[in-house]
Amino acid sequence: MKLRSRHLLGLEGVTADELSLILDTAESFREILDRPIKKVPTLRGVTVLNLFYEPSTRTRISFELAEKRLSADTISFSTSVSSVKKGESLKDTVRNIEAMKIDMVVVRHSSPGVPYFLTNCVESNIINAGDGAHEHPTQALLDMFTIRKKYGTLDGLRVVLVGDVKHSRVVRSNIWGLKTMGASVAVCGPSTLLPYEVEQFGVDIYTDLDEAIDGADVVNIMRIQLERQQAGLFPSQREYTNLFAMTKERLKRLKRNYTIMHPGPMNRGVEITPDVADSKSSVILDQVTNGQAVRMAVLYLLSGKKEKEEDDE
Amino acid sequence: MTKPKEEILLDDKKINRAIARIAHEILERNSGAESLVLIGILTRGAYLAKRIAAQLKEIEGAEVPVGLLDINLYRDDVHSKLDQPIIQRTDILFDVVDRNIILVDDVLFTGRTIRAALDAIVDFGRPRSIQLAVLIDRGHRELPIRPDYVGKNIPTSRDDRVLVRLNEKDDREVVVAVKGALKKPAKKSTKAAEAKPRKKGGNTK
Repeated sequence: MKLRSRHLLGLEGVTADELSLILDTAESFREILDRPIKKVPTLRGVTVLNLFYEPSTRTRISFELAEKRLSADTISFSTSVSSVKKGESLKDTVRNIEAMKIDMVVVRHSSPGVPYFLTNCVESNIINAGDGAHEHPTQALLDMFTIRKKYGTLDGLRVVLVGDVKHSRVVRSNIWGLKTMGASVAVCGPSTLLPYEVEQFGVDIYTDLDEAIDGADVVNIMRIQLERQQAGLFPSQREYTNLFAMTKERLKRLKRNYTIMHPGPMNRGVEITPDVADSKSSVILDQVTNGQAVRMAVLYLLSGKKEKEEDDE
Repeated sequence: MTKPKEEILLDDKKINRAIARIAHEILERNSGAESLVLIGILTRGAYLAKRIAAQLKEIEGAEVPVGLLDINLYRDDVHSKLDQPIIQRTDILFDVVDRNIILVDDVLFTGRTIRAALDAIVDFGRPRSIQLAVLIDRGHRELPIRPDYVGKNIPTSRDDRVLVRLNEKDDREVVVAVKGALKKPAKKSTKAAEAKPRKKGGNTK
């Protein structure tokens, strides 16, 4: 069993077997993080470029640590201090860096499709670390990993994704991955934050949070992107909080062994109240730890995959 | 193509006797089971380690902890192998510092697996000693590594494949040699053969 593609651009179209392989491999890598020496020599000699065209704390540090724990050489690139400021195009930037012998590129960009675009420009393995409102596959994988670790399976679980469905790449990747693994998925948010033709995803759609979370196993709360709220997609932050924040009272509607998730960064008191965020059923910090294991698994499984090997099964 | 010739090297009785003898030798060499731990290399070394632990308990009444080790992350040929190895779970739930470790594997061949295992163990701490127990030593070492306890020494050709089959995994209990199984089929184009990095046996057993 191996992955069919030499890139990870999204979870759309990734099969259940492939997802299981990534999650199982991550399970093995998880143990390394509890060792006294949290490092294995597996990717020695592999050079990874972290290309972040958008700000990020968690994902970027998580990728960098995952690379370092596998003994890869890493270079991190942020646009604010580079020649991008001088007007160099994305394609030229990456091709120039690749000319310095790079093997893998982890990319985050505000435009959807940038990772795919890069696969046509360079030879390296490309890993999508978030592209616009399209996908954020490693985040969804770590969410799935965290759920699977608690319940042993994803099959048959009811997972509700709450918040800004329209702008959230995390929601999209989660929908694809969870559905492939047999979970029942619902999305919930104000109708202005549900994308046009959201029905196409084949998930249950709610605009009432209480209804949405009734009998759910997992609630994954998306960040309200305050930077986008100038657009007036909801009347006020306070109204959003009243209608869509995960509060202690709402927890009663969930199944007994429920789980609260949030991909971060949290707006405490906006989409989630602090008592819920810090409760026993919140796995928000486990998600962050597991993220490293999942990213190590993805780096390991894609590393060394060359052009000609693709789809040769 | 004719089916490659299989030669039985050890049957179930001989395997059990070899494990029992290794257990006795371990106790003799270490003057008892105190401070001993067993670490089996996945997959079949792990079963052998558990069996040795059971023997140690029978002989001495001592509970010796057993750890499982996946050495694939420490291989020197991860990127030259076409099929990427599936990583299994390493499970070493005890402190290795100042313990006498018995490292257990099924077949000792080039020594590269053991080299990887030594690197992996050192990442867990500094043991007092590491000793090596193997069911089969088939020779052809590529590294300066020697076993401390051997079930059976078997002279083989480098192209032979030695397979250990154990009840726990394979539903049969036997050690066989398959003649010429590792021989590379003659390449049509010599150019392709040259381009490939030479991997002398690698971690293949």
